[in-house]
Amino acid sequence: MTDELFRAMAQSIIDGDPDVAAELARKAIEAGIDPLEAINKGFVPGVDSVGEQYSRGEMFLPDLVLAGEAMKAAIAVLEPEITRQGGQRQTLGTVVIGTVEGDIHDIGKTLVATMLSVGGFRVYDLGVDVPITTFVEKAREVNADIVGMSALLTTTMVRQRDVIEALEDAGLRSRVKVMVGGAPVTRAWAQEIGADGYSEDAIGAVAVAKQLVSAG
Amino acid sequence: MQPKLELLTPDLIDHVLGEAFYLLETHGVKVQDAEARQLLGEAGARVDEANEVVYIPEAVVRRALETVPREFYLYNRFGEPVVRYGGDAVHFDPGSSGVHILDPETLEHRPSQTPDLVRLVKVAEMLPQYAAQSTAVVCNEVPKAIGDLYRLYIVLLYSAKPVVTGAFSAQTAHYMFDMLAIFAGGREELAQKPLAVFDVCPSPPLIWSEFGARNLIDLARARVPAQMVSMPLAGATAPVTLLGSVVQHAAESLSGIAIHQLAQPGAPIVWGGAPAIFDMRHGTTPMGAIETAMIDVAYAQVGKSLGLPTHTYLGASDAKVVDAQAGLESGITAVIGALGGINMISGAGMLDFLACQSAEKLVIDAEAIGMALRLLEGVRVHTDTLALEMFESIGFRGDFLKQKITRQLFPKEQYLPSAVLDRGSIRAWEESGRPDTFARAKARVRELLAAYQRPPMDPDQERELRKMVERLALQAGMDTLQTAERNAGRQACTG
Repeated sequence: MTDELFRAMAQSIIDGDPDVAAELARKAIEAGIDPLEAINKGFVPGVDSVGEQYSRGEMFLPDLVLAGEAMKAAIAVLEPEITRQGGQRQTLGTVVIGTVEGDIHDIGKTLVATMLSVGGFRVYDLGVDVPITTFVEKAREVNADIVGMSALLTTTMVRQRDVIEALEDAGLRSRVKVMVGGAPVTRAWAQEIGADGYSEDAIGAVAVAKQLVSAG
Repeated sequence: MQPKLELLTPDLIDHVLGEAFYLLETHGVKVQDAEARQLLGEAGARVDEANEVVYIPEAVVRRALETVPREFYLYNRFGEPVVRYGGDAVHFDPGSSGVHILDPETLEHRPSQTPDLVRLVKVAEMLPQYAAQSTAVVCNEVPKAIGDLYRLYIVLLYSAKPVVTGAFSAQTAHYMFDMLAIFAGGREELAQKPLAVFDVCPSPPLIWSEFGARNLIDLARARVPAQMVSMPLAGATAPVTLLGSVVQHAAESLSGIAIHQLAQPGAPIVWGGAPAIFDMRHGTTPMGAIETAMIDVAYAQVGKSLGLPTHTYLGASDAKVVDAQAGLESGITAVIGALGGINMISGAGMLDFLACQSAEKLVIDAEAIGMALRLLEGVRVHTDTLALEMFESIGFRGDFLKQKITRQLFPKEQYLPSAVLDRGSIRAWEESGRPDTFARAKARVRELLAAYQRPPMDPDQERELRKMVERLALQAGMDTLQTAERNAGRQACTG
């Protein structure tokens, strides 16, 4: 019975159906299933499957995004229950993410935020055109493990370096890992400005983020 | 709405047909087969036996046109109708009868052999853009006497798709009908559900050779679809003007239809061709020229005005390697042929004036064909409101990626190319070793060959086919058929 429910949960993520995912989450609570287990054994395998299929070229960005929406809907139901039971959802780490100042490109950054969130991170998405100080302040406030910055223009890409310097000035650099991304960003650029991680796509970003937090 | 390219006004089509009929009646057609002359003579044509010239009145041709089927289907080996000859249906198949293969490693144009044909057939089998196979290259190591039926044999072994093929002699044509009949369940069943169409060629200008005419008659009587491949060469073996060549094409094809329908009224026949302009600098026959494509669309329009199924040769290139010229000539002409609403467009994979086939080019051409077919689907209405519903709850955020309808409809709206077309980022391209189109095509061919599985074949039918071809091969002086083929299998496995 529980196995069947878990399979249905995974399927709701693969189908990208937030309504079904939320409904299954409620069912799990009614059945007295540990909400953490519902997330990890029910919904997460669905996310993993979508990620793998995307990497193989069998699924596409709309599948990723809708899987993310379904996952969020499930977590929105399950998280209060976890808190009510006196527990806490174990996250892999806390990420502060945004598109740098002067740049209003949203899609890539939001996709990475979504995938990090469904991949097990607590994500604070600061949106677009984010001032340098906002990155720093938010990172301090939430005790971020990772700061992620997106830039889609070569002209705004340099802001990524400014944020890293500001993190240093604020004495935070040693405590946070920095990830950069966006169309003009290359591995070489990431190295040049002293970022810790870089990925070609949203699925890769999750892998990089996991690596960064496990490396401590 | 299927988008269309038309080059001739209705008046001009009438004018073309008028001149073609006039040519048939007054200039005459050389018909080098005695029975064909007799058929035409009995129907009312004036025959000059000494010169083998037949003067065909319009009425004789008009009667023949009345009995030609407006459409017919080609079936795959599982008995399913997969190619519709008729109307504005558009299909593509690889170009046929190449004598060379482009070696993907050395870039040498070397004489093609069985393993090359096997490789081409496997690749084409894996690509849905090709509705049919062709007997894509001749196998140079096989005696010419059985070259045609041997090619068909190889295609039948490795493919379930219908085949665009052709015979090299009257005798072998009958063997080929018998080979196909094994899978159709008999000659009558083959006529009901044809698995192949046979190219049959007039010789420009206005000549039906003994074999060409014989072939028309035999195909008609077997009721196996015939595909006339008239090939005026504008400025050399045909008038220099595009319209002059279209008139010659019409006259050759109309006389072919007359012979064919007199032999067997109601037998299926296709208004096809492979014309080209004549290159005045090099004396070559450029298949990738825009004017070649224009002649094709124009003659197809003439055929359509008569309600006939159509065919042409486009999507080929005259380049010697798979380069930018190959891409642009093949892509442009594939799109033009598609817009012409031509039922079967042969030529993909071809380089060097149809002399050289390339599996790597075949996978690139498949992408051009995918796009051409997408173009034909046109701009469609998928939703009740065109955009209004999708704007509900969007505000001013670019969040359309989150809408279920996006996921549901993007595969219908967008043709999804294979990795042959690079739509990734420059970083991904750099990190994968900066592959150019040809390198990506080579990788794709390797991938397709690895994934290829031979379509299932009834063991009794396979035994019958092998026995028959083996007997013919031994007669033709081959030591054994098995050796050639086993080699084929082995070499094909190594790519």
